[in-house]
Amino acid sequence: MGEVILTMKGIDKSFPGVHALDHVDLEVRKGEVHALMGENGAGKSTLMKVLTGIYTKDEGTITYEGKEVEFHNPREAQEAGIVIVHQELNMMNHLTVAQNIFIGREFKKGFLIDDARMNEEAKKLFDQLGININPAEKMGNLTVGKQQMCEIAKAISHEAKVIIFDEPSAALTETEIDELFKIIRDLRAKQLGIVYISHITEECTKDDIINMMVGRVIYETPKTHSMVASDAPVVLKVEHLNAGKMVKDVSFELHKGEILGFSGLMGAGRTETARALFGADPKDSGDVYINGEKVEIHSPKDAVAHGIGYLSEDRKRYGIVVGKNIAENSTLACLKNYVKGIFIDKKKEADITQKYVDRLKTKTPGIDQLVVNLSGGNQQKVVVAKWLVKDCDILIFDEPTRGIDVGAKSEIYHLMNELAAEGKSIIMISSEMPEILRMSDRIIVMCEGRKTAEIDIAEATQEKIMHAATLR
Amino acid sequence: MEKTGKKGNAFTNNPIVRAIGVQRIVVVLAVILLAVFFCLMSPAFRQYSTLVSILDYSYYITFMAIGVTFCLISGGNDLSVGTGMICYALAGGYLVQQLNAPVWVGMIVTILLGLCFGVLNGVMVSIMNLPPFIATLCSMLITRGLGSIITGGLAVSWPSRSSEGGWFRSLFKIIDKGTLIPVGFGIVIIAVIVMTIVLNRTKIGRYIIAIGSNKEAARLSGVNVVKHQMMAYIISGFFAGLAGIAYAATFSSSVAPGTGAGLELDAIGAAIIGGTSMTGGSGSIIGTLLGVFVMSLLKTGLPYIGLQANWQQIITGLVLIAAIYIDVLKNKRAARK
Repeated sequence: MGEVILTMKGIDKSFPGVHALDHVDLEVRKGEVHALMGENGAGKSTLMKVLTGIYTKDEGTITYEGKEVEFHNPREAQEAGIVIVHQELNMMNHLTVAQNIFIGREFKKGFLIDDARMNEEAKKLFDQLGININPAEKMGNLTVGKQQMCEIAKAISHEAKVIIFDEPSAALTETEIDELFKIIRDLRAKQLGIVYISHITEECTKDDIINMMVGRVIYETPKTHSMVASDAPVVLKVEHLNAGKMVKDVSFELHKGEILGFSGLMGAGRTETARALFGADPKDSGDVYINGEKVEIHSPKDAVAHGIGYLSEDRKRYGIVVGKNIAENSTLACLKNYVKGIFIDKKKEADITQKYVDRLKTKTPGIDQLVVNLSGGNQQKVVVAKWLVKDCDILIFDEPTRGIDVGAKSEIYHLMNELAAEGKSIIMISSEMPEILRMSDRIIVMCEGRKTAEIDIAEATQEKIMHAATLR
Repeated sequence: MEKTGKKGNAFTNNPIVRAIGVQRIVVVLAVILLAVFFCLMSPAFRQYSTLVSILDYSYYITFMAIGVTFCLISGGNDLSVGTGMICYALAGGYLVQQLNAPVWVGMIVTILLGLCFGVLNGVMVSIMNLPPFIATLCSMLITRGLGSIITGGLAVSWPSRSSEGGWFRSLFKIIDKGTLIPVGFGIVIIAVIVMTIVLNRTKIGRYIIAIGSNKEAARLSGVNVVKHQMMAYIISGFFAGLAGIAYAATFSSSVAPGTGAGLELDAIGAAIIGGTSMTGGSGSIIGTLLGVFVMSLLKTGLPYIGLQANWQQIITGLVLIAAIYIDVLKNKRAARK
């Protein structure tokens, strides 16, 4: 066993309403890969944020290279040799690869920056890692996988002793993952301490596993068979949909009362498919049929008129008007039904809002509460209410539980199941494998803008889905 | 621009075209076309003196535009350069005209005042975190009012060519026995070269690009975001001061309060025509210079074909809409890639 380089002991952290970390211990040794796994929201990222000083801990100690430390920001941690390779990449797309790697510590010749030398040094780093990237290329022109390699190179150039990978595989294809694992093995051989955060079990049995002691992982029971009758009518049919580079020849059918899961890696084109279907982005070609009739959808307005509601993955930007109250948000999509003369009929608006607050069990002191003050889960319910008020029969949930705490998650799942049982049809885009397997009746897998598989839930396994998601 | 990607036609894939940048070639063509057009339409335009007056127009716009380019690249904007330039020139000129200060003192005060307002804008944007558009809109109002207050609402004349201290006009244009020599163009070229190096080869420029590209990433990489964002506005203030001197020296015999409003759009327009992105992260000083020529050709040329000031404003507005729309399309395409 390698020498212990980093110890976190009894780390405790609470946010208002959530006990995020309950006395968690973590020990990182030189020359070992430590997998940190658990459900989204289990506290993995929180723990790492406590380590690098983005959050302050409530209790506990961090010992690094024999000394107790407390970092105040990621920069301090980085200077000490602890570097995080983030899932969401922190890159400046307008600068070149080498300029990104050496930002903040440029080589200089007098007053001037020595770009030639930076390119050489970057090349050396890449050679050391055995990857082939042109250091003079603009960062924005690289694929996500290559950008991640650049982040790793950057971490190594900081003489990192501990490197934390935060769900690195989420956006990578199978070949890129292989390349990444090779690099990680090399780093291990160089006696670095490595923490690998993931929620894919398959990846994590590599060295040793740290169980998150959080104790608030919800128990997942995958569906074993489709809940939809085999003769359920087709409510939505999409044929040969093309839109830009992210949606290529996508066809599928959605049955009444069905939850159709869309799985795939980040950037597989799932959201783009939904947005093109919803009319939010222009489509190049393709036909859409609703209840057997061909419809023309050129804008979200058309889609809503045909009973399609879209719940965006980015609620704050696209889903709700945060500065308005629940009632105002609920009637937003069909305000014209709630006016009397030129004024809004406040009474009628209040009635319908209250009805859906009760039905969806939205936790709020009152319907005049500003949406910004609600939790993520309850905000999501307000968006659902908006589309139900509008009488939408087809609901597109894009990452329905992103940023929602674990308790509220199961409520959202419950709600979706209820809606499906009532005959609403649901398209659910999700990057979480357990969510896909638990909720879907049928699963469509996408990769690089194409539909690569359509799997009935009875035959679906994690391996099958991952394979289809990385098909080139 | 350079980032046309791997797809494209034979023209955009040509290595020479890629090195120079498609947009810059288009702007150069636009400058040539405009010049040819005006020459064909108006015999009076085909004169050496017209070329000199186009250059005279270009100096102060160029200086303002260089400064604004830095603000735009940092992801911000500076609306105060137009009224600021007039305010600084009024203050400097007032010292010379009313208080009999030497011309060089007036010039230094003009630039120092520009730097002060640059610092003010920088503090508002980087420390107080005000939106750049609003912050510099406020300093636009302040400089406009301040200029009038300093001179008591009267116009100020910097020394004329023949009087004592008139030498400063020769910095931009030498009149030798009736022959006009536009030496100011040399100053402009030097400024463009120096600022191109500052933008591309020094830490200040590199960090300003980084901040405009992804501010949070720059911060996490240990870049002093506050300091370098402020630098963009200080550079802009300094160049607004230089523009004030150029304006007083070449463009107008006297500087009148309340005249600067709207001139900032010439500068911002020039930068955008030259390929600087409204959303930050990319842009070039040479592109800006080319954009300035488009703007000053329009300003000088349109009267020759009988279109007076009101029409100029309409056409300038339309050209700006086109330039900004091109920028929007470029960003959209980059996002879809």
